[in-house]
Amino acid sequence: MADLTNNLNSGLSELMSRLRSGVPGGHAGLMALLIILVLGFSVFVPNFASVGTLQSFMYQLPLLGLLSLAMMAPLLTGGLNLAIIATTNQSALLMAFIMRTMITPESSAGTTGTVILLALVAGLALCLLIGLATGMLIAYTGVHPILITLGTKSLIDGISIYLTRGMALSGVPEAFARTGAATVIGIPLVFVLLVIVALIVSIVLRRTPFGIACAMIGSNIEATRYSAIDTRRVLVGVYTMSSLICFFAALVMLATFNSASADYAQSYLLVTILAAVLGGVDPFGGFGTVGGLMLALAILQVISSGFNQFGLSNYLTVAIWGGILIFVAMAQTMRPYLAGLLPPRGGSPK
Amino acid sequence: MRDGVPSTSAQSALRRLRRRPEAWLLAVILIVGTIFSLTARDFLSLPNIIDLLETYSVQAIMAMGLFVVLVSGGIDISFAATASVAQYCAALLASQLGLPAPLVILAGLAVGGILGCLNALLIHYVRITSIIATIAMMSVSFSLLMYFSGGKSIYTLPDWWTDRIVFWQTETESGDLVRITLPIVAMVVVTLFTWAWMTRSSAGRQLYAMGGNAEAARRIGINIGRLQFVAYGYLGLMAAIAGMLQAHRVGESVPNAMYNTELAVLSAAVLGGASLTGGIGTVPGVLLGIVLLAILQNGLNLLGVSSYFFQIVIGITILASTSLTVISSRRGRRHRILAEAPANG
Amino acid sequence: MTDIVPFLRLSNVSKNFVGVRALQDIDWEVRPGEIHCLVGENGCGKSTLIKIVAGVHAPTSGTIEIGGQEVLPLDPAKAKALGIQVIFQDLSLFPNLSVAENIAIDDTLQNMLMPVNKAAMRKTTRAVLERLAFDLDLDAAVSDLSVAERQIVAIARGLAAEARLIFMDEPTASLTRAEVDRLLAIVSRLKADGIAVVFVSHRLDEVVEIAERVTVMRDGRKVGTWPVGEVDQKKIANLMTGLHIDNSIVARDMSSAEPVLEVKNLTRHGEFADIDFTLRRGEVLGIVGLLGSGRTELALALFGMHRVDSGTMALEGQPLTLRSNRDAVRAGIAYVSEDRLGLGVILPQSIGDNIMLAVMKSMTNGLGLIPDKSRKKLAGDWVQRLAIKVPSADRAVQTLSGGNQQRVVLAKWLATKPKVLILDSPTVGVDIKNKQGIYEVVTDLARQGVGIILISDEVSEVFATCDRVLHMRGGRILEEEVPGRVSEHEMEERIYA
Repeated sequence: MADLTNNLNSGLSELMSRLRSGVPGGHAGLMALLIILVLGFSVFVPNFASVGTLQSFMYQLPLLGLLSLAMMAPLLTGGLNLAIIATTNQSALLMAFIMRTMITPESSAGTTGTVILLALVAGLALCLLIGLATGMLIAYTGVHPILITLGTKSLIDGISIYLTRGMALSGVPEAFARTGAATVIGIPLVFVLLVIVALIVSIVLRRTPFGIACAMIGSNIEATRYSAIDTRRVLVGVYTMSSLICFFAALVMLATFNSASADYAQSYLLVTILAAVLGGVDPFGGFGTVGGLMLALAILQVISSGFNQFGLSNYLTVAIWGGILIFVAMAQTMRPYLAGLLPPRGGSPK
Repeated sequence: MRDGVPSTSAQSALRRLRRRPEAWLLAVILIVGTIFSLTARDFLSLPNIIDLLETYSVQAIMAMGLFVVLVSGGIDISFAATASVAQYCAALLASQLGLPAPLVILAGLAVGGILGCLNALLIHYVRITSIIATIAMMSVSFSLLMYFSGGKSIYTLPDWWTDRIVFWQTETESGDLVRITLPIVAMVVVTLFTWAWMTRSSAGRQLYAMGGNAEAARRIGINIGRLQFVAYGYLGLMAAIAGMLQAHRVGESVPNAMYNTELAVLSAAVLGGASLTGGIGTVPGVLLGIVLLAILQNGLNLLGVSSYFFQIVIGITILASTSLTVISSRRGRRHRILAEAPANG
Repeated sequence: MTDIVPFLRLSNVSKNFVGVRALQDIDWEVRPGEIHCLVGENGCGKSTLIKIVAGVHAPTSGTIEIGGQEVLPLDPAKAKALGIQVIFQDLSLFPNLSVAENIAIDDTLQNMLMPVNKAAMRKTTRAVLERLAFDLDLDAAVSDLSVAERQIVAIARGLAAEARLIFMDEPTASLTRAEVDRLLAIVSRLKADGIAVVFVSHRLDEVVEIAERVTVMRDGRKVGTWPVGEVDQKKIANLMTGLHIDNSIVARDMSSAEPVLEVKNLTRHGEFADIDFTLRRGEVLGIVGLLGSGRTELALALFGMHRVDSGTMALEGQPLTLRSNRDAVRAGIAYVSEDRLGLGVILPQSIGDNIMLAVMKSMTNGLGLIPDKSRKKLAGDWVQRLAIKVPSADRAVQTLSGGNQQRVVLAKWLATKPKVLILDSPTVGVDIKNKQGIYEVVTDLARQGVGIILISDEVSEVFATCDRVLHMRGGRILEEEVPGRVSEHEMEERIYA
């Protein structure tokens, strides 16, 4: 017992140090950008600086946030998962299907609860299955993850579309739908979910042998294999993890939209890659932090919220997201050139 | 210095052929085609085949452009957006300003070429990875298109644009009309040109060299930057051609009509053996990739299978064919037996 | 000697990179048709010198003359037009193109719109291969060729471009002896054609064997140029390092120590056969053999990377079956790969994480997390114990020199507390000063009771560190020798025979 508390204590103190170091020093540029954006919108957009804005921000961020986390984990290993949206939709469809066929208006609260639980378990199991299958295909065939996940995306989307005939499934029970709008001390439940998942993912990637192996694989998979690490298992693990995060995204989606469909959120697929890269994830693998990703997501969401209140179209927002990524990449490319203009300050390069 | 059995060039040619994904693809197409022609009566009919060609001409033209980029060692996700933007700009010029055909076409091509060159600029000078740069460009150009067009279609295209252009036509015994139309001719011309250009010209071979080993290409004095502009610019032009042809076929310009076709075209190119790591791939292979997807969709349609089922088939086809290609090539280069070591001790 | 007009002459050439003097006042000449060797340790400026002559870098000051004409400013295309060709260590070939296309690549470099004349390319290729008296399938993809064949393709490409001076950067690094001989024969053909060849090498034995003159570089300066008859290997080594290297023999009789690894009749079809040996605690066992002798294949099997077909292994008397290298590490076997950059270190990642890689599973606390403290401690301990020169273990491994990188690899494996440590060519690409450091680490480990297998093709290295030496060829162990009982020279002759 004492052992457990000890572990818990050391775990918690690490968590705190993690949180403190999680304020990303390495993302000073992004941080500055975020602050400038918030200040700028507060000045120019009436009512931007309000509790309402903050709350709508917290309602809108979780879906994209969770999907981006699902994309980031494979990116760290030098791969990517194009099937995240398809997985999320199918899981949401399955849960919606179970809930609406097994719950009738006459169902008692107990039955409803049991069925919802059953639906969640089924949705989770589906994601687990998809993740394991994807991971195994990638780990054991050695085919580039772009191709494998392009195939699984097509397959999963195809099955969803075939079974639903392209229609949306609605009729989620009240009890479940309410959670989408529920708050804990004023903070939307879905946002709490995002924070928890992000923290767990961050700790797993930074602090566990599995997470470190992911980054190592992203930098050099053969050298990692030679270092007595079961790289295949790690790859299966990382795609399973990605798929499991999709389950949480499916929960958020179902709770927010009160319905599920094969073509919800499809436009988010490429945005998740954009967010990850903006947040400092190396598209070739090996480097990236959850903190940076969250910062990037906050920037994207602030732009979106601000422009919405400004009365600008959603399309313009996406265009500006793309522009921001190009701008940040340019700033990164230019930095050494700009630094080269300044006189060197000691410390000779190799 | 060769160890093992000296191989004759005929043997090695056969070995090379067997390793080509094109050969496998052709075999699969023949098998699938045979099955469909036995089960679906209309499948092998001339009208059906011509119809198929016309339907897939737009994708095939974009695939040719994408193929060039893939060979150069890059990737482009933005071409469908480029096609839409070029098409819409040209449509605006034609319907609002009533400009003559050559000017409109030229403007459309210019838009496509410029968007392609912008990709090259980001990739070569700003040094953004091609997949990221083109995703960003896709977001920017497509979203701006939707913003400025308000999502409104243009239905008032001039007649010279929407009138069917028939190069040759004939009537089959059963009385069906068979017409070789502009999209088919354009596809054939583009395919032949791309094939000749990539296999026979200096630029084509330089693109292959750069895709095979970019650092070595730089060292022997190949101008990498210029080739990036050539490859992405070519894809931009092809996207513009495809975009304008698509409006020609449907008789209107819908801003998001071509959105989301990029992954299908990419699948076809990769199915046809174009490597995502660059330097490998052939025009006939890419064409076969398109053909396979086309006959799968068409055959299933004729068999009365729900069109919803098609995506599932594509998914399985991609997974099966890529995995098989990799696994078979891996078996090929296993176990280099040491010359001096006793084989089977 | 002044009557010979040099083909290439550098006068007072210096090159500064931001704050660093890479080359200082180099005066150097290469005569037409001579075979010249350029030697020096890593980072001595050899590569910079080549890149300046090839037009990749512009010198900060000084002049370059080719055939008596001042040629600066130089760019890669101009250098090529003047007859300078560089064959880089990675050969810079196009694996996806055919032999003919690689060799006659220049034909495709003209106007981008011009059609390529394939018949002419084949003709060029055939003519060049004929000059080299070498036969290759013109349509074979270069990715299908052996390393030695690729080297021929690279040389042929230089010839096709009408080279007058060919630089070869470490050309023999991955060739077998027979292939080296073949290469040397080709080089003398080039010489007969009046083409000068500059070898850049770190293998001193070759230098002495083929060169007419040797130029030694150190710390960005030219130490001097000598006719080959006037210097021997030892003197060159001393000139390169500025140190006096003493290779004394240390062999001990370890036959009474208890066995740690016993190998009987180990066979993997096509790679090695009937391997028998016993490694004892604290013993350093050398395996010498050339590339292609089966030495690396044997090491990979002992490390569990490749399955064996028959035979047995026992570790400390317990029978051992290895399904993967994870089994091997668990049992106490570690392997330092010959490919340090590709398989040893993970270059972009931190020193600390590299060191931790093989043991991180055992470092977790009850929550499955690796505490920051143990992470730092492990890295700090090993950085100190192996004297890795670095300000912080958070630095990326790629910021280290070759020798320090190899220490990181050693630290990674020593952290697993191995009973058997297999070192496969551990000093390739490590400069002479750091080599000594690595030998010291090895000797120290042996003293602590670790059984060590040292695989190498440098006889001097094996003789200076090992207690016993196995000679491997054709996948079999030919003989066992004790350093001192045979001379280094004798052993070398047997290996290269």
